[in-house]
Amino acid sequence: MIEVRGLHFSYDGKEVLHNINLKISDGEFIAIMGENGAGKTTLIKHFNGLLKPSRGDVFVDGASTRNSSIAHLSRNVGLVFQNPDHQLFSETVFEEIAFSMRNFGYPEETIRKRVNFILETLDLSPYAEASPFMLSGGERKRVALASVLVFDPKHVILDEPTIGQDYQQKDKLRNFIVQMNAQGRTVVIVTHDVEFVVDCKPRIILLSRGSVIADDPYDEILSDNKLVERASLTAPQIGKLMWSLRDLDFDARILDIYSAKTVLEQRLEKIVPKTL
Amino acid sequence: MAVIAARNLTFTYAGSNRPAIEDLSVSIDKGEFVVVTGPSGCGKTTFARCLNALIPSFYRGEMSGGISVLDIDVSGSTTSELARKVGFVFQNPENQLFSLAIERDVAFGPENLGLPREETRRRVDWALKITGIEDIRQAAPYELSGGQQQRAAIAAVLAMEPEVMVLDEPTSFLDPLSAVQILEAIAGLRSKLGITIILIEHRLDVVSRYANRILIMDEGRIVLEGPPSKVFGEEAKLLGVGIPKVSMLFSLLSKDGFDLGEIPVTVEEASRRIRRRLEGD
Repeated sequence: MIEVRGLHFSYDGKEVLHNINLKISDGEFIAIMGENGAGKTTLIKHFNGLLKPSRGDVFVDGASTRNSSIAHLSRNVGLVFQNPDHQLFSETVFEEIAFSMRNFGYPEETIRKRVNFILETLDLSPYAEASPFMLSGGERKRVALASVLVFDPKHVILDEPTIGQDYQQKDKLRNFIVQMNAQGRTVVIVTHDVEFVVDCKPRIILLSRGSVIADDPYDEILSDNKLVERASLTAPQIGKLMWSLRDLDFDARILDIYSAKTVLEQRLEKIVPKTL
Repeated sequence: MAVIAARNLTFTYAGSNRPAIEDLSVSIDKGEFVVVTGPSGCGKTTFARCLNALIPSFYRGEMSGGISVLDIDVSGSTTSELARKVGFVFQNPENQLFSLAIERDVAFGPENLGLPREETRRRVDWALKITGIEDIRQAAPYELSGGQQQRAAIAAVLAMEPEVMVLDEPTSFLDPLSAVQILEAIAGLRSKLGITIILIEHRLDVVSRYANRILIMDEGRIVLEGPPSKVFGEEAKLLGVGIPKVSMLFSLLSKDGFDLGEIPVTVEEASRRIRRRLEGD
């Protein structure tokens, strides 16, 4: 469990997080959303102790991050940064991904199996012996993700995981994190990707200007136009479509394509008989 | 007039045994807004690098066929020559910001063009305003968030007032509303100044409405091209490309026998079609 109590954080004399209170239970799937500069990245850096609160507390599995080292916290809280270039440094993709497990002292055989598994899962196998810096932006991002997912941390925190990923890669990534989540791992993603969020169906914590302005299931938040605009998001396309047709009795809380297809077909059937 | 003309363009990076782009032929006219997309590793960024001579002058490898930009043969010119006319916004904004203050970065291009001081100042102010970062003009790039850096990188290119702008996922770090604002600004430049825009992007739901043409690449080749509404209807060829959800919805409906006409690209269009059908015209 990750618990945030009365968290304030300032740097250079400016307060960027104001009185944040949150409880994230084990095995939850959370999306933290909000405008650029809302404080999303600053907040998640508190989850593995990279930042310590100016006031208030963050507890990870019951222990305050004030009393734990980053090295200790990192084993349970895997954090992947937004920009992969901030965390890549090894000569080969394989070594990059193996680094954390080597540090944690796993046997070589286990490391090899886990690394190969994750390379396969994230479509990186052909690049095992390549330098991370020779890869495309999207591929480097997947290497950064792999380097944390490989040691299967209890809590996985991903900052903008879908940047630079094409549709297929996003789908694979989603399947993988949904599966991790189903196996009991806590997943926290920071993202602007509303369509990805609709596909993941998480609880959303909405930040704006350093404060939590909403904390609810994804469909409640993303169908609330006022909230969406306040957090500098845009509604998902299907949500916008349903909203634009609400005078014809369509439910504006429908955000996913398959539900939209079902309700449309029910309504359309009355007018045009199926041609097939 | 074709601003960009590639003929059977093939490029293989040194050390690779497979061409990154292969036999690519395309002609793009002045004032077009072209979105280039396709699965990662399909050759989009390599194609973009050919447009400002980073290939072949910086990235080594073997090039055949030809490409000209604004009637300049790319293989016979350097990035610095083309940079006056072709503005490039990279995927990672940190790669193109190097000064100690954002406004210095934005002024760097116009100063290098030898523009008078007043003109440089005018352009810097305008570019900072249009990208919404006037209030952080004195900040150093490393003090900024990823989104702010991206705005700064775009401002630095806008200040050059290039004839062609090539943007490689320029809004990936921005929140959706800010991304839309920047894209609107870029689309506005196209209509006002006739700038040709080449935009590399995965998020077709966000960018399709601005494009007059979509190029879909796969394994180094152009596999499909045309206006968005036509391209998004060719479902069989779209494996791995995330077309806008409303386009996908219409294509699913049509598969089930509900034909609502041409595949829409925007929510507004989709809404009109459904309304017309339900209200019986």
